[in-house]
Amino acid sequence: MNYTNKVIERFKSPKHMGELKEANGKGKVGNPVCGDVMEVAIKVENNIIVDAKVKTFGCVAAISTSDVVCELAIGKTIGDAEQITKADVVSKLEDLPPEKIHCSLLGLDALKKAISAYKEKH
Amino acid sequence: MIYLDNGATTQVATEVVKEMDEVMLNDYGNPSSLHSLGRKAKELIEEVREKIAKEINATADEIIFTSGGSEANNLALNVLESGDHLITTKIEHHSIEVTLKELEKKGIEVSQLNVDAEGVIDLEELKKSFKQNTKLVSVIHGNNEIGTLQDLIKIGEVCSEKKVMLHSDCVQSFKKEKIDVVKANLSMLSLSAHKIHGPKGVGALYVNKNIKIKPLIFGGAQENKKRAGTENVPGIIGLGKAVELDLELDKVKELRDYFIKKVESEMEEVKLNGSRSNRLCNNANFSFKYVEGESLLMSLDLEGIAVSTGSACSSRSLKPSHVLMALGMGAEQAHGSIRFTFSKFNTKEEVDKTVDVLKKIVERLRKISPLRKK
Repeated sequence: MNYTNKVIERFKSPKHMGELKEANGKGKVGNPVCGDVMEVAIKVENNIIVDAKVKTFGCVAAISTSDVVCELAIGKTIGDAEQITKADVVSKLEDLPPEKIHCSLLGLDALKKAISAYKEKH
Repeated sequence: MIYLDNGATTQVATEVVKEMDEVMLNDYGNPSSLHSLGRKAKELIEEVREKIAKEINATADEIIFTSGGSEANNLALNVLESGDHLITTKIEHHSIEVTLKELEKKGIEVSQLNVDAEGVIDLEELKKSFKQNTKLVSVIHGNNEIGTLQDLIKIGEVCSEKKVMLHSDCVQSFKKEKIDVVKANLSMLSLSAHKIHGPKGVGALYVNKNIKIKPLIFGGAQENKKRAGTENVPGIIGLGKAVELDLELDKVKELRDYFIKKVESEMEEVKLNGSRSNRLCNNANFSFKYVEGESLLMSLDLEGIAVSTGSACSSRSLKPSHVLMALGMGAEQAHGSIRFTFSKFNTKEEVDKTVDVLKKIVERLRKISPLRKK
């Protein structure tokens, strides 16, 4: 698979992988049958996502894009975070192999689910 | 680089390269030419034909050189015509598996036998699958992904009783297992050079002399009019040299067994896929729970270790390998499978290093996996 150096670097040293203990919104997407499962957790304070973490079962693209999704979400209002696009994720990684673009959508779906979960409770 | 992907291809042996070099520089004649340079080239390839025939207890006129295993498999299936019935398995190599769809378009009926959890077909199911119009049975001998071996002798007995031709894809098993086409009642057999330290782009199909085979490539009268095109002389010479060389199978098996033992004793929640004893001596296929195959493969690659995976994420489809699914394993386990295939060029130190690296990577990936419940 032809991944850019940025993808590989992110895959090797992701910055937002793991548990988020003080999370107040969580969203899980995918299933093991397709080979991708992602769970995004966010911590929202005063309408702003102050922290986000993800746990990912999946390929190199799934791990690196979901990590980028968290990075893009942190510091944004939940309204702005909902506006993050697939293109934003892909450009952060320079590029993705065409058959891997769908992975970047999954991470965004998980983030949106986490935001909805937060909204429901608050 | 620690190369543990010998099921994909092998390092070409120095002896093979030297011989091919020699032929390209000196014996560059066209085997169809009547002059001495042509006759010399013809002589050289006929020697290889003889050698290969001897290896599988066939005769030289039963060997057709091809561009490799895939062409050999395609050529074998080309004996089928509209209205014929083919029995094959659910764990064939893509060069059979994908061709089946083309055959069906041409009006050929196809039955695919199930396999058990270890990847072995059921002889009773085979016996029950024959129909009036069954013309061919095609069974992979040593599976390319999980390494499981089928009992060709027993399958051959069934086919001979039913008077139906038997073809076997022996690309992975050739030279690793003793194969006797007479004993196994084999009508056709596919083999390839690059799995045994030979060059890529050359292989052969054995076709019993009583069988009429239709060419896939038309043109000149080469290969007894069964395969047109100027022979790949250096490739064929390389194949011949590779057949002569010792694969050091005892050493390979020892390394493979050492690897399996080490992984199973030092790692948790791992599963050896396929059969424990009934498998190709160079193959180990493991599933690592909670971890996806491609990310594991790429992590190993970053550490200089080459392996392969049957995971869907390494290809365009979302479905994991048809072979792993045929074993009845869950998709999650299939997505987490990695194939390690050894050769005589590997060492015990390489195995030690691989297991050390593997432990660290699997632990790292499991830590970030949402599938592992604490």
